[in-house]
Amino acid sequence: MKNSLNTDDTLENSGLTEEEQLLFSNARPRAYEPYPIKAVEDFANWARANSLWILAFGTGCGAIELRPLMTARFDANRFGVAGRPTPRQSSVFIIGGYASVKTLKRIIRSYEQMQGPKFVICLGICPINGGMYFDSYNTINQFDQYIPVDLYATGCMPRPEALVASIMALQKKIKAGECDGANRYVENFDWYKANQKKVIKNWDMPDYNW
Amino acid sequence: MIFDSMNEWLSKAGYFSLTLLIVTIYGLFVGALIERIIAKVQGRIGIPYSQPFINILKNFFKRTAISHGIMFYLGPVFRIAGGIGTLAFIPVIYGNEMFSNFSTAGDLFLVIYFMFFGQLGMALGAGESGHPYSAIGIARGLSQMTAYEVPFALAVISIVIQYDTLSLTEIVAAQQGGWQNWTVITNWVATLAAMLALLGMTGYSPFDIFLAPQEIPIGPPTEFHSAYLSLLQTNRALFGATKLILFMNLFFGGATGWGELMIKTFLIYMVAIIVGVAFPRFRVDQAIRFFFKIPTLIGVMSIIYAQMLLTA
Repeated sequence: MKNSLNTDDTLENSGLTEEEQLLFSNARPRAYEPYPIKAVEDFANWARANSLWILAFGTGCGAIELRPLMTARFDANRFGVAGRPTPRQSSVFIIGGYASVKTLKRIIRSYEQMQGPKFVICLGICPINGGMYFDSYNTINQFDQYIPVDLYATGCMPRPEALVASIMALQKKIKAGECDGANRYVENFDWYKANQKKVIKNWDMPDYNW
Repeated sequence: MIFDSMNEWLSKAGYFSLTLLIVTIYGLFVGALIERIIAKVQGRIGIPYSQPFINILKNFFKRTAISHGIMFYLGPVFRIAGGIGTLAFIPVIYGNEMFSNFSTAGDLFLVIYFMFFGQLGMALGAGESGHPYSAIGIARGLSQMTAYEVPFALAVISIVIQYDTLSLTEIVAAQQGGWQNWTVITNWVATLAAMLALLGMTGYSPFDIFLAPQEIPIGPPTEFHSAYLSLLQTNRALFGATKLILFMNLFFGGATGWGELMIKTFLIYMVAIIVGVAFPRFRVDQAIRFFFKIPTLIGVMSIIYAQMLLTA
């Protein structure tokens, strides 16, 4: 599970120019094991589940379903859900429907800047199999090849009720300690990177956005 | 020497830690209560009362944290040092040896200095994060702070003239004996100027442009995450409650018990909240112009008023 951090185990950052390479970190991400004492880990998971900060990044048409969550009708604040405009502080990434290749690049940047443990909910049918965009030249068909996904809320589009239900399902999963997407991403880092670079032709960012 | 023996200092420090704990928990609780009140205004239920505590725990239990340099580490530390320092020199409960903190060792000017200190430390820390939105947030925050400090400082000078002392304990002592002795009655001009400055200090609408939750991702703390953020959140509650306690001591006769303290500070906070839910946001230039016009004028008038009171 641990990723040994020896000196030659660094990322190439080949997408960057030599000048830019000096500006970015080339360290590999590291997997983190849960706390050795189970009660502490359970307590931490309880806190994580009851304070879900959603990254305010609408990646597709489904982001329109995120807005009503905060209104009087659905009021997701009751479940400890809040919007966060910065990836550094948020812990849940809701992929709002289809992801175009151009957006995927930004999704990866934002996802990698989030601090672990981080959770991903995919909204709608598009991230599962492409949905109505299945034969489009610039839409990702199977989203979990690029970023680990914890939960899918299917439909086109799922209503805010479905989103609230999926948030509560995510809370259950987190409390059970089953959401380790950040670790999965690190363990299969090379596979995810290869998939990402296969579709993103103009890769001009570091291999891991610290 | 201020303290006669090591033992006295130690017991003071112990009592202060207790005060710190109570004030922080009270600040977090009242923060959740205010959130719920705002939610009710908007027709929602709002967060559970435990939400601020859970948020802090969650951020503390984050598995990863990256750094942008030494000053980035020190930013939140300076911020909370400012919060703790401010509280340390304020007598929280009047006439109670346990909760009068180190108020004998410092005076009003030291408290005001500490209020500045945290903001400046935060500005340095957030500056090192290198995020452009942090820089924008700091520029806005510091310029707004400069603006609201003017009426506040004028109001404080007015009070100092009125009571002829810099000691917070003596200012509270002078206001004892009934509500007709409170500064809000005896020097209502200064209170008005300071309450207008409080609107800027608390950072609710119309003066929340420096945090601007949507436009510039929450301003100065944009890059702060994990344990840094939980430190900042703790400080936000502590510092918020401390400012209210300072206002209560200066203008509303202090408190002789925790119950009185909580009622008074909550009501002072509600002034900022009522204005906040009713008014839209000012741009930063509008906010600065506002503070430099009416509140500053009221502040100047309060000094004249206090001077006339003295000579009368």
